[in-house]
Parts: sequence; C-alpha cells; structure tokens
Amino acid sequence: MSTVRTERLVNLVLCLLSTRQYLTAEKIRTLVAGYPDGGGDDAFFRMFERDKAELRDLGVPLESGRNSSFDTTEGYRIARRDYELGDIDLEPDEAAAVGLAARLWDSPDLTGAAHGALMKLRAAGVEVDQNVQAPVEPRVRAADPAFAPLLAAVQNKQAVTFDYRKGTQHEVGTRVVEPWGVVSWRGRWYLVGFDRDRQAPRCFRVSRVVGAVRTVGRAGQVDSRPPDLDLMTMVSRNGDWSRPEIPALLWVAKDRSNGLRRHATARPDHPGNSADGDIIEIEIYSPESAASWIAGFGQDVRVLEPEALRKTVHERFQGVLESILGEEPLR
Amino acid sequence: MNRNPTRETSTERLSRLLSLVPYLLARPGILVTEAAEDLRITPAQLRKDLELLWMCGLPGYGPGDLIDLSFEEDTITVSHDAGMRRPLRLTGAEATALLVALRAIGDTPTVADPQLRSAVDRAVAKIESAVGQAQPAGVVVGLAARESARAEAARPILQEAITRHRAVGLRYYTASRDEITERVIDPLRLLIMDGRSYLEAWCRRAEDVRMFRLDRVDRAEVLDEPADPPADAARSDFSDGVWRQDDAPHTATLMLRPDARWIAEYYPVQESAELAHGCLRVTMKYWDPSWMVRLLLGQGGEAVVEGPPELVTRLRDRALAALQADQDL
Repeated sequence: MSTVRTERLVNLVLCLLSTRQYLTAEKIRTLVAGYPDGGGDDAFFRMFERDKAELRDLGVPLESGRNSSFDTTEGYRIARRDYELGDIDLEPDEAAAVGLAARLWDSPDLTGAAHGALMKLRAAGVEVDQNVQAPVEPRVRAADPAFAPLLAAVQNKQAVTFDYRKGTQHEVGTRVVEPWGVVSWRGRWYLVGFDRDRQAPRCFRVSRVVGAVRTVGRAGQVDSRPPDLDLMTMVSRNGDWSRPEIPALLWVAKDRSNGLRRHATARPDHPGNSADGDIIEIEIYSPESAASWIAGFGQDVRVLEPEALRKTVHERFQGVLESILGEEPLR
Repeated sequence: MNRNPTRETSTERLSRLLSLVPYLLARPGILVTEAAEDLRITPAQLRKDLELLWMCGLPGYGPGDLIDLSFEEDTITVSHDAGMRRPLRLTGAEATALLVALRAIGDTPTVADPQLRSAVDRAVAKIESAVGQAQPAGVVVGLAARESARAEAARPILQEAITRHRAVGLRYYTASRDEITERVIDPLRLLIMDGRSYLEAWCRRAEDVRMFRLDRVDRAEVLDEPADPPADAARSDFSDGVWRQDDAPHTATLMLRPDARWIAEYYPVQESAELAHGCLRVTMKYWDPSWMVRLLLGQGGEAVVEGPPELVTRLRDRALAALQADQDL
C-alpha cells in the first residue's frame, strides 16, 4: 500500500466518521482528498471497492444505506458508537496483567494480534507497562504452518480440508472438518471440530497436518458447535494418564546412568549388588517407552525383571545393529 | 490474517495511524522516544507517521480541518484531532489474542497467585465490556504442565529465591551428558514453555545464562548470599524454542521410520524430506554425541543414522557392546 493510499484511507475514515448522512461513492470522490478527479469511472469504482475492503479488514464498521427513499444509490458512513472503543480504565495491577498476557504468545499471528490490541488500549489512555515482572513467565508458541489457517477457519466459522497423519501410522488421510476451536494443551496445539466423514467430533494434532489447509464452503457456515462445548475437556480426556505402574528391577553400572538412578530406589539388600554396579528398582508406565529410555544407556544398564522388558530392550539393540549392518546380527 | 508480509505491514501501519491521534491526545507533551517505544516503532518511523497524519483531515482540508500537531523540543501534542478522538474497537482476532492469554494466565495457579488472578479477572471483565465481545473465542490455552513431584517441590523454593534476590544451590541433572552436578546459580525468572516449567538463571559454573528444567532439579536451596547476576545477563529469546539448537556443533542425518517420526515433532530439525512408506529424512543438530547415541539406541533401528560416520561407528559399538553384555549375563 502506498503512502498516497494510506493517506487517502485515513481521510476516508475521518470523513465518514464526521457525517451522519450516508455519502454516495460519487460524493466521496469529490469530497475526500486522494481520489483522482479525472480518469474513468471504472478505475475510481475499483479503487473505492479496494478501499472499502481494506477498511472492513481492519474492522472498521462501514455502514451502507440510503438517506431517503428517493435516493437511487446507496451511501456510506461510519457510526461513531460502533467504531470507537468503549471507555476503559484499568488499575495498575490490571494493566500489568494485560502486559504479561500480551507477552504470552510466541507466534507471528497471535503476537501481532495481541500487540494490535495493546496499541488500541494504549490509545484509549490505558498505561501498560510491558516490563512488569511476573512470578512465572508463561510462553506459548505456535510455529506449525497449519496453525494460522486453522485459527482463521475457527474465527471465520469456515469448514476446512487437510491431509492428516494419524499417530505414527504412515498413511495420510484427507479430512473434512468443521472447526470449533484450537486448544493448546501440554505444549501442543490441537484442532477440535466435527469430522464430516466420521460424522463425529474429533481432535487433531496441528503438527500432524500435512501440506496445505484449504477452506470448504463459505465463511460463517459452521454452526455445528455445541453451545456447552468444553474445548479443553475434549482434548485432555483423549489421553489416558492413569495407567498402572509396574516395578522393574535393573542393574546399573557404578556411577553411570544417572538419568535412571534419579528416578529409582536402591535395593541394597539384593545379592546382585557388587563393586561394578548396583541393583535399583524403578516404576514404569509403558513397557515400550521405558524400553527406549533404558536401551539408551546401552551396556551400562541390564534389565533383570520383568522378562518382557528385558526382551524388548534386547530387541532395541538388535534393531539398531540391523539398521547399521543391514543384516541379522548376533542372536 | 494476512500472510503476505509487505501488505501486512501497510495494513498494520494504517491500524497504527488510526490509533496514533487518540494515543497522543491522551498524553499531551509526550516524548517522541517514549511514544515510539510504546508503539514498538523507531522514532524515525513515528516522525514519518506524524508527517503523514499532518496531511490528513476533514473535507475542505483547510487549517481548521486538518489534524494539527505541535512539536516542542522532542515532545508532541495534538492541537486538533479532526474528530479522531478514540481508537477503533478491537477486532475479533485482537480481542481473542488478549483475552485468551489473560484467561490462560488466570486459570493457572502456578502462574497466577491470588493477587494476579484477581487482577486478571477484573481486566478480563473490563476489556470484555469495552470490546463488547461475548461469543466464545474458539481458542483455549492450558498452561499447566504435567509436572513431576520434583518440579512441584522446586518451584516454591526458586520462587522464594527470586522474590528475596538470593542465590540458589542447585543439584541438577544434565540430560545431554547424563550427569548430576552441584552448582550455584543466580535465578532470573521462572517460565512455562511448551507445557514445561523452566528456570532461567545465571550459572556461576558456566558463567553464562542457562535454562534449567524444573523436573530435572534434584535439590534446590536458597542460600544466604544475595543473587548477583551480571547486569548484562541477557534474557533469552524463545521464539525458536528453549534450546538454541542452531548453534550446536554436530549435525546428524537420520532416516526416521514411522515409529520414530515423533523425533521430528519433538526436537527441532533443520531439513526434513518425506520419503516413501511414511519415512522422513531429517538433519538434526545436537550438542553432545553421547546424548544422540542414547536417543538412537532407544529407537531400536526405527531411526536409521546415515551420518556422520563417527556417529554411526559409535552407535554400532554401543549396540554391539550391549548385546555382548547381555549374552555374558
């Protein structure tokens, strides 16, 4: 946008704010500085259409209507009460909370929007100190490429379609979703919405969206969101964190495997203790993820019990060798 | 939300220009530098904005119609506002970004003590009523981390040290080297990032600013001596995550089979290329080779290391030794 156009748009806002009458495009052309007198009508109307779109993008409430039933064409005005931010007066501690909130986002879209909000609050006379110390400084990132289009779809109430990889399976399926919201839970973003093919509410991990997000249908068409929907509960109940713990008995080499030791209890009574290593007990939740963790320490750890865990760890080592040597090594 | 950066800036500029007159109106005689800092622009940009506004006004565009600003020394005062007395309402996206962030803070007891929570609640109510937005936002952020008992135990101690400006004795597990060390740190601040709690502190051992994960703190003790971080101890920029992986000295090339794809979601990767059968080839930077070997050993061949050669050799030797040890048992 050129400086000339920016200047014209400011003039247009000032003019439409100051009038109670609806002003037709032709009238605006003669009144507002920056519209060319000469040139064809087509060029002017195209320019005016772009200007209106720009103002609506900014959130300027442009009203259109006729001053009387005798008018043949519609005119425009901006109602001051719809345009202006209402009175707001924040106490210092409230303004400090706002400053902290504006620092929450580490995401191009949300950071920009939060700063836009802050600028308007300041313009309304609120003093916001951006450097207030908080006991804990929270940060939320949203770096996935799919995040911005999904957020926009939620805000525009517009259905979307995208390719999605489910869990660790490698098939990618195409989904059509009526988006209800985006949720950040335990450091990850999820899209919650109605999956049209499955005819049921679903949660999607935003990082597993493959490629572009495309909109389906027009904005404002998604009305399937239940009124009492609790987005956070939809996401958090998907994970089952209440799995039982199983004790595992390990031998760990002296002074090694500190990452395991700090989660373990010593078993000084066990006959396996020696000068070379110690016997420890550790609570595990999932044998698969525990095996990955334990196998990482290599020969510095050996699993004594349970047998299934010992076997899984052993298979990890074999798998690593196969991937390097390309054959079936030691049995 | 506009993804086109050149147009975005111009739209942002228009939005700022519409806020500028009311902003200055509320602060007669404000310093140019102070206003520029508030608006996150340079003083030079602010002067350009003001020059533009000076040309704007109401039809007629005579002396009484144009926006008028007076400069005195380095201060600005609006002498005629041409009817632009209040800022434009917040857009839905702006209100959402601010209100969701406020609610996220207010709803997290580890972030908001009762005073902050009360301030948040009052701010939300006032902003909602000024904005006139009642519809559900469609964005929810849960900041609460799934904290271990260790993190829960460490937090109040570290918080106390920060409030009282005291140094802290820390017993800390360094995952990259699988080491537990004792050190004295000067705490700077507590953070929650990506669902985990961290302490940012000046580490007297490393003589540098370091991030400590709270669930890796095995013991924390508030010391009698005052915290004394160097005045220039820089606060980190976290837009690329907590760990500055870009500076790491080593780079591995990995072929991730489907079961190991989580690595590319969990750790920052440099390059990433989709392969057949749901595999992914990535390059990944790392600080400590022993850490990378531990990560890969645990993947059981689902993450195939393609280079560098010394990493392949080291991983092979570790796996062979482990199998050997198993057979000797």
